[in-house]
Amino acid sequence: MVGLAKPRPTLQDMLDTTQIVTVFGLVAVAAPIALVALLGLASLFVRPVSERATAFACHVAVVVGLVSTTVVFVFMLASGNRHVVIDLGDWVAVPGYHFAVKVVYDRLSIPFVLLTFLLCGIIGTFSSRYLHREQGFNRFFVLYALFLAGMVLAAVAGTVEMLFAGWELVGLSSALLVAYFQERPAPPRNGLRVWVVYRVSDAALLLAAVTVHHLTGSGDFDRLLGTGAWPEGRAMVTESQAFVVGLLLLAAAAGKSALVPLSGWLPRAMEGPTPSSAVFYGALSVHLGAYLLLRAGPILDASPGLAWIVVALGLVTAVYAYLAGSVQADIKSALSFASLAQVGLIVAEIGLGWNYVALVHLLGHACLRTMQFLRAPTLLHDYHTLENAFGEHLPRGTGPGRLLPGPWRAWAYRFALERGYLDATLGAFIIDPFIRVFRFFDRLERRWTDYLTGRASRESDGVASAAGEIDELL
Amino acid sequence: MTDLLSLPWLEAALVVPLIGALVVGRIRAPLRAARAGTGFAAATFFLSAIAGFAGAAAYPEPAWNIQPRIDGNRPFALDGLTGPLIPAVALLHLLTAAATARTRMRRFSFAWSLTTEAVGLAALACTDAWMLVGLLAAGTVPPLLELRERGRPVRVYLFHMALFFGLLLGGWILTAYGSRGWGPGMLLVAVLIRSGIVPFHCWVTDWFEHSSFGNALLFVAPLTGALAAVRLLLPVAPPWALDVLEVAALVSAIYCAAMATVQSEARRLFAFLFLSHGALVLIGMAVDRPLSLTGSLRIWSSVILSLGGFGLTMRALEARVGRLSLTRFHGLYEHVPALAVCFLLTGLASVGFPGTLGFVGGEMLVDGVVDVNLWVGSAVVMAAALNGIAVVRAYFLLFTGTRHGSTIPLRATRRERFAVLTLTALILGLGLVPQPALMARYRAAEEILKERQTRTAEKLQAETPVKEIQPAN
Repeated sequence: MVGLAKPRPTLQDMLDTTQIVTVFGLVAVAAPIALVALLGLASLFVRPVSERATAFACHVAVVVGLVSTTVVFVFMLASGNRHVVIDLGDWVAVPGYHFAVKVVYDRLSIPFVLLTFLLCGIIGTFSSRYLHREQGFNRFFVLYALFLAGMVLAAVAGTVEMLFAGWELVGLSSALLVAYFQERPAPPRNGLRVWVVYRVSDAALLLAAVTVHHLTGSGDFDRLLGTGAWPEGRAMVTESQAFVVGLLLLAAAAGKSALVPLSGWLPRAMEGPTPSSAVFYGALSVHLGAYLLLRAGPILDASPGLAWIVVALGLVTAVYAYLAGSVQADIKSALSFASLAQVGLIVAEIGLGWNYVALVHLLGHACLRTMQFLRAPTLLHDYHTLENAFGEHLPRGTGPGRLLPGPWRAWAYRFALERGYLDATLGAFIIDPFIRVFRFFDRLERRWTDYLTGRASRESDGVASAAGEIDELL
Repeated sequence: MTDLLSLPWLEAALVVPLIGALVVGRIRAPLRAARAGTGFAAATFFLSAIAGFAGAAAYPEPAWNIQPRIDGNRPFALDGLTGPLIPAVALLHLLTAAATARTRMRRFSFAWSLTTEAVGLAALACTDAWMLVGLLAAGTVPPLLELRERGRPVRVYLFHMALFFGLLLGGWILTAYGSRGWGPGMLLVAVLIRSGIVPFHCWVTDWFEHSSFGNALLFVAPLTGALAAVRLLLPVAPPWALDVLEVAALVSAIYCAAMATVQSEARRLFAFLFLSHGALVLIGMAVDRPLSLTGSLRIWSSVILSLGGFGLTMRALEARVGRLSLTRFHGLYEHVPALAVCFLLTGLASVGFPGTLGFVGGEMLVDGVVDVNLWVGSAVVMAAALNGIAVVRAYFLLFTGTRHGSTIPLRATRRERFAVLTLTALILGLGLVPQPALMARYRAAEEILKERQTRTAEKLQAETPVKEIQPAN
């Protein structure tokens, strides 16, 4: 018997591309989740991790995530595969319902995940110094980890349910970070306002998810948007179905990206610490709605009417944000409206079907705005430096507002100063009537229980004194 | 293992709290009573956990059967529905007893708590309809006696519970004698009252106003109204009754969620949250689909653990600063960070936040309901959104917004932290690994629907022979 020498394994045999992409693709998602588990459990057991260890853990998670995503990206470029799906099977499956865990890396998610890791890494490093010895240092980083995990989950989600999970994590961490300086009343008030808008947005997304389930039998994007690599997919639903699902997704995106008429929360969100304003409301969170619309591009293609609504909403938001931003007296508010103006334009581009333009616009804008936000605390110093260099005052810009005739200019100024009356309108037509109606019911209930009891029935009346703040907290 | 599971664990789990109530009732010293009460609650939990495991695994009858037979059946047994609920309820009783602050030991009646537990567990395990009617009625007595003992007004509670008992008994008698209209109708109203469905909900908020928080929580947490619905109403309910139940529960879920957002006191907020979630459970049952029913049963478990934990956290706060107003900020985070985190986690878990116990249940419920009607599904989503707003609003008001000045340390005691962390671990653990429990819920839902179909078929069979014979001849 002649023994045959075994052939030497080739590099290809040793490195199965699919396995490598799968491993690194999953590590990119697991890294931020592990960070949440580490910092979250320490916080839950009131065993805070030291500042140095926290910063180190954040660095490790971000670097591991960034490197893993880059590896996936490189392998995708090398292999020519532009649509990598990592299917981990069903997380939940009962007859008639399944919740698949599916990670998708494509031309849309890869840049967004890389952007997320990159900006979060910068902000993590910045914050570890900026918030040094702050009482809420650990709390900030727990929420930061939650945000990072939510962003990555939402970006690589291959099913609408996964997207929803990431979406909710982003929303919660954002609202709690707005209320970061929690020993004052204004931050929690504004945090609650942000949360209320986000809940509306979440509700729209959940309904979209359920409708997608209903129409296609599962929540997989492939089943809804076609199996082609982004942006080449074709919607697998009819025009009218695309319109309904798309409208729900647009409502979700409007809440998350502060599109008109849900723009009022964005300047309120500036109540949080500068690093969170930078990364959440200047760069990532505010673009998540635009990302959702980009992901749902085939649906917009399938419904021209919906696409025009998206364009109109984007342009209206851009004009509104430009006007309101022109009269802001503090730099963070001005930056937030400037950010919103660009988001409006990005949304309009998506509606027009310019997907790559919108994606590049989004990436560039996020980076620029992060830098501007991070420089915001030293703005005056920067101005002085520039003026010293020039040897004179910097020229003051004048907008196109001066071209308006007198009365119109005054109206536009007032409109801008009142931030388009959006908050006032929502308050007058939705929040106030809501509170009035249910307080009326509360009074009716009191009468009924008083009648049955034969005397005053509520012990809590003695507790609930000093009314007044509650209205602002709804 | 086999021999161990065949011991009469369930019977022991039902008897031990009764013995405990008798023993603890005779102890005068509050600290000793608390220790004894906690001990009996722990024993009950241990026994019910084993019984629940055996019941959920559809283990055959115990070798040492000590129960008398009724129509050849054991009156107390566990199935896929009640197997997981019994240990959850017993755990909540144990943690509530264990987390009772020393300052509250005089007010919290461990004897009544154990009595409520015994009756509640017996009702969950009961397989005989007549006996269940009796147990549901008996379950309303301890709260009444507690209110009287505390010198609080009882008329709101008494009015509703008397109506409940009358309708339940009358409805069941009429149904047993073949009534297809009045019988199920009266049962339906009885279920609506016991579940606190609008407009029959005021007794729940009133009960929270006047009772000790611990006992109030333990009385409502098992969702006995849902049990009455699933055991007594669903098997006999004609389609119109389910339609009425669906609409009433839907209106109630939204109304109570909205009311929760405008409350100015924490207990009332909690009561409305509970009512809204109880109504969501009933919606899933009324829709009469396996998916919605599975979601509904899952939310049932979630309500016990998540809102139970939420309530325990609120109770721990009350033990420190008294009744909690929601018209001003309290700023308690600095003093009790662990409680703050647990408050938020349990509250969000109850509204179906991703990764927690309620998430998949909520999704399945909405999914199942949308199959029937998109607008009903939208309303369920709206209720969940409002509940989420109420929870976070309460969090901000209680834990942030100011600095709370205190000359004494307010931090959570070891027992309180153990209680809320145990519930948090369960909420996250079962939320992240939902499949095994969910499959069990699905099988339970199928059993319930199968029983309903069997009953409906039996009724049709009983009515059709005459009609069939006439055309044939």
